Amino acid sequence: MTVHVELRRGAYHDSVSLLQVSRAVAGTAGVQAAQVAMATELNVEVLTGMGFAVPGAAAPNDLVVALRADDDSGLAAGLAAVEDALRAISQSSAGTGAADEVPPATLGSAVRRSGATLALVSVPGAHAVTETYDAIAAGASVMLFSDNVAVEDEVRLKDAAAAADVLVMGPDCGTALVGGVALGFANVVRAGPVGIVAASGTGAQQVMCLLDAAGVGVSHCLGVGGRDLTAAVAGRSTRQALRALAEDPATGWVVVVSKPPDADVLASVEHQASGLGLRVHWAILGAGRADLTAAVEAALAAEGVDVPAWPATTVDADAAGPQGPSLRGLFCGGTLAEETMLVAAETLGEVRTNLGHDPGLALGPDLRHDGHVVVDFGADELTRGRAHPMIDPTLRMERIAAEATDPTCGVLLLDLVLGHGAHPDPAGELADAIRDARDRASAAGRRLPVVVSLTGTEADPQDRAECARVLAAAGASVFLSNAAATRHAVALLGGAR
Amino acid sequence: MSAPLRGLLAADPVVATAGVALFADALRDQAVPVVDAGWHPPLPGTEAALAAVMADPRRVAANAEAVARMTAAEAVLVDVLPASEALGLERGTFLHAGPPVTWERASGPMRGALVGAVLLEGLADTAEEAERHLAAGAFDLEPCHHRGGVGPMAGVVSPSMWVYVLRDEVHGNDSWCSLNEGLGKVLRYGAYGPEVIDRLRWMGEVLGPILQQAVRSVGPVDIRAIIAQMLQMGDEGHNRNRAGSLMLLRELLPGMITTDAPATDVAEAVRFSGANEHFFLNLGMPACKLATRAAEGIAGSTVVTTMARNGTDFGIRVSGTGDAWFTGPANTPEGLFLGDFGPEDANPDIGDSAITETGGIGGLAMAAAPAIVKFVGGDVPFALAATRRMYEVTVGEHPMYQVPILGFRGTPVGIDVTAVVRTGELPQINTGMAGRVAGTGQVGAGLVTPPEQCFTAAITALAEAAVR
Repeated sequence: MTVHVELRRGAYHDSVSLLQVSRAVAGTAGVQAAQVAMATELNVEVLTGMGFAVPGAAAPNDLVVALRADDDSGLAAGLAAVEDALRAISQSSAGTGAADEVPPATLGSAVRRSGATLALVSVPGAHAVTETYDAIAAGASVMLFSDNVAVEDEVRLKDAAAAADVLVMGPDCGTALVGGVALGFANVVRAGPVGIVAASGTGAQQVMCLLDAAGVGVSHCLGVGGRDLTAAVAGRSTRQALRALAEDPATGWVVVVSKPPDADVLASVEHQASGLGLRVHWAILGAGRADLTAAVEAALAAEGVDVPAWPATTVDADAAGPQGPSLRGLFCGGTLAEETMLVAAETLGEVRTNLGHDPGLALGPDLRHDGHVVVDFGADELTRGRAHPMIDPTLRMERIAAEATDPTCGVLLLDLVLGHGAHPDPAGELADAIRDARDRASAAGRRLPVVVSLTGTEADPQDRAECARVLAAAGASVFLSNAAATRHAVALLGGAR
Repeated sequence: MSAPLRGLLAADPVVATAGVALFADALRDQAVPVVDAGWHPPLPGTEAALAAVMADPRRVAANAEAVARMTAAEAVLVDVLPASEALGLERGTFLHAGPPVTWERASGPMRGALVGAVLLEGLADTAEEAERHLAAGAFDLEPCHHRGGVGPMAGVVSPSMWVYVLRDEVHGNDSWCSLNEGLGKVLRYGAYGPEVIDRLRWMGEVLGPILQQAVRSVGPVDIRAIIAQMLQMGDEGHNRNRAGSLMLLRELLPGMITTDAPATDVAEAVRFSGANEHFFLNLGMPACKLATRAAEGIAGSTVVTTMARNGTDFGIRVSGTGDAWFTGPANTPEGLFLGDFGPEDANPDIGDSAITETGGIGGLAMAAAPAIVKFVGGDVPFALAATRRMYEVTVGEHPMYQVPILGFRGTPVGIDVTAVVRTGELPQINTGMAGRVAGTGQVGAGLVTPPEQCFTAAITALAEAAVR
């Protein structure tokens, strides 16, 4: 066995690109384990956990190449694969290659040189404020995908943006649709009259996909960040978005997707909307409120559109046998996790989460509990120094395997979000994990039903219908409506409780 | 009224990206025009300070104002005077290049130049005696920049040395610079042998008065106009001043040959000036100093107003932080060596001449002077790329100073500390190299950059001064 750990100074690549490099290298014949990553605190921990000794001099801006191979020839093949994969990354971002050409060195420069109307910022949170100010100063609206941005920074960024007549979509904005272009994680939906103003990511994606399934298209989807309607941020981006949508000839009516807003902020935004002559429907996720599916149904009804039967595939009941008592919801989408927690709690009572609400129901750092659990793997503290689970599903995959052997786990509820930016074949990977989990439970003499909330459209690159077939074949029930998926999962616990 | 959000919802989006490459790829898959900023982390440990400075609501306007002032500043040669008269320099005080330095920390060429100046002023009879006095702290040492002027290389100026006096009427500022001694064994490179001292005496007794009469009779001379022309004639104004020197001589010649000095003195003064390829450097430098002086002290501005080296430290000053110096150990230039000299003979970077880069010429205008690349064995695209890289770290483009090969684009001007810290792209400086050992003189010429520390220290100070 041969081990190789190498530090490369000043060779920065983003974590997602390096994830692809690591995967390519790990798949090389003769390589046992491979990790190519920036030496952030978290990655050094991961590397150490994998048994690699990282030099103490490693700093977050250094690239670590760590390989364990069968022998020297395996190592050579692995290192060659590293070079190939790194070259592939740089080529995809290179320009025309003229010797005196200099690519833009800052986001502001990229905006000015290209005349960009929009800047997409997905740098690590500590750097996001700097990049966003730069883009605003250059005159571009910003989709701020990055999370870990402080609320006072958010307020000041949005004030600076309003002064420059541009929009800050975010922070932690996972999805947007502007002028027919999907930004970040976004589904391919038909064009139509609905303007969406959405807190963050997967809630908007769920609403867009439900509308699409009802045959209703979207004009624009403008993200505003999960805190925009709080008292602190006071709807700064929502107001700008509504004003712009009111003047947009393609937009007929608006759905605002949000967490429970501050009452005063909500009242003043509603006042503004009526002053603009804009029909606004609210899809507000909170205790005692309608779920997103019900909110979409209400909006469709109010606009005179027939509500369809939402796509759903249920598997025949599993063979009888003992079943654990508790719901385990493992989510990549924060809003979907939130909705599931709310819907499940109506029936199940106490649901423990890492969603940061009731401290009495907060999960510990290991995110484990014997009772009902909903985990958001996209939470800030789980994405510091690593990619979002929609890109890097490692943590959730590990947890699915752990639940398979946990006798307290009664039903696994999983989300899967398709569209641009998401994994090209997410269903295959998840189906394997589901089949494996069910087999393990069954080997231990347990029944483990699995329910998947599958947000997507037929036009998505991954094709929702095909994904649903693959997941169903692995033994999962599949729903477009996340609320319906949750109710089904809760019902499946019925016998066990 | 135009559409809200600058027409964001009406236009076909063009997107600039910073961060995860996957998102840029997803946009390209949709046939959306995408430009990626190639983001990488800023200089280590600067992210919090950077965020505070970027958030300063004064920054954008303050930087625009800094560059507006820099490019509006005039630079007219109005007189030639002894330093004692021009700036009231007292006997026993010696000015030098770069940020403040003590004799203990001074490098070889700086010590050599100080020794030479002490000998010139008659404050010691031998080099050893001069060194003793200097080491004992018998004299005051002060940066040229603290008196509003500049000196190339060691930049040592003593009361009896003559200086050019330049004026910016727009902002009411004066600046000055010593007379150029030519190349080879010269005081500014730390040489202090008898031929060096004799030449300085002749410059004070013969050359200075002749230039004074010439300037007073044909002047004032618009130095900015010469810079604008020389950039279109293959000079960059720091390491290449050939066209500028000839144009300056052309301006002064009628005045020089009609002075009341003996014909042999006039002939020698004209020969000396005409033989010196860097005759103009000592005018280009104070012209740039007037530009950067005009931009000093603008609250919130992150534009660099001084870059200077004393042979030990590289120091910068920034508009928004006033007179504070931010220093780091000076790098050693890379380039071509004269004769048998090699890298081991070179002293770390020295001189106030990086004021040219600070003012938007020199290394920043390298594209105008492709012949410069011979110093580093690069090719012409290297020179073009050097200037193009500098547009990425500067606030504006100079309306008067233009680069023909870039379609007469203005030179990059107004080095922005935030951009340097974010990109790690350090200002490109073209420079001469002094010998490490006192008394050696020039050993070569080449390219150099400031140390990162100057910029990381500056961003910290800017963050402390930032308005929330």
